[in-house]
Amino acid sequence: MNAQTHEDFGGATPVFYDLDEHDHPAGGSTALGFWMYLMSDCLIFAILFACYAVLGHSYGGGPGPKQLFELPLVALNTAMLLLSSLTYGFAMLALERKGASVRAVQGWLILTGLFGLAFLCIELYEFSHLIAEGAGPQRSAFLSAFFTLVGTHGLHVTFGLIWLATLVVQLETHGIGPDNKRRLMCLGMFWHFLDVIWIGVFTIVYLMGVLA
Amino acid sequence: MSADTLTPAAAHDDHGDAAPHGTLRGYLIGFVLSVVLTAIPFALVMTGRLDATTTAIVVLGMALVQIVVHMVFFLHMTTRAEGGWSFLALMFTLVVVVVTLSGSIWVMYHMNANMMPMSAATMSQQ
Repeated sequence: MNAQTHEDFGGATPVFYDLDEHDHPAGGSTALGFWMYLMSDCLIFAILFACYAVLGHSYGGGPGPKQLFELPLVALNTAMLLLSSLTYGFAMLALERKGASVRAVQGWLILTGLFGLAFLCIELYEFSHLIAEGAGPQRSAFLSAFFTLVGTHGLHVTFGLIWLATLVVQLETHGIGPDNKRRLMCLGMFWHFLDVIWIGVFTIVYLMGVLA
Repeated sequence: MSADTLTPAAAHDDHGDAAPHGTLRGYLIGFVLSVVLTAIPFALVMTGRLDATTTAIVVLGMALVQIVVHMVFFLHMTTRAEGGWSFLALMFTLVVVVVTLSGSIWVMYHMNANMMPMSAATMSQQ
């Protein structure tokens, strides 16, 4: 077979046209891969939104959104998440600056984390308040759907905060390198994505709920 | 080691770390737009200035606009990022999301309408 192939080329050495052996740097496809993950996460939220849309009016004789939700608290929560998105943007800008300082990036990240933590605390306060009022997830289909949807978002924020704290430590240990830049880019996509999901939550669950 | 020293990778734009970068101006525009697009729906619902139907349309419309604002200014989504693959994935996800949401709501609404236990008022009409 080998001899045959050789003859086909008329005895000449085979020529490979892909002469330009470029390397594929590690992490070159990470952004796209992570985006794929976010899109699949988006489907999880789509299903939870669909559940809420279907079950959101089944109060089971219990309290509805109008009696339960406090819009000023939700507005404060929304502001916290929006501010955290902005400060994360500033962290990325500090990272991309020439001669970026680790301290500046860490500072913006910690500020982002504090806003995220405030969001989480307000949400937990709201949840505990609802459960204390007897409006826990087992009260009605509406409340089950509410706690599942909003709780899943809150869980994402919690993991985002753990990830953020990890990266602050990573920056401290390894400084700003291509690896940490890649990680921060992924966390940024995750963080802004959670803010996008929250737009859906405060619109569909809170505003439309109180309006109905 | 900065990205500039990775010459073989930098020479190939289509393989390098082509993640789009934001600008200070971009983040600030996105933030201000988001604040406006959040404040108006909250104000409308909390004051009840307009009737319920108009408010609902405005609230939903502004949410859609705000999602686009976040996509463009915070997530730096363009049709060209990652050679268009991110945008393609987004479009595919949107199709699935729309089918899931509209399908669930449509089917379950009719299930509810047809299978709800009849109230006394409905029974008396028959």
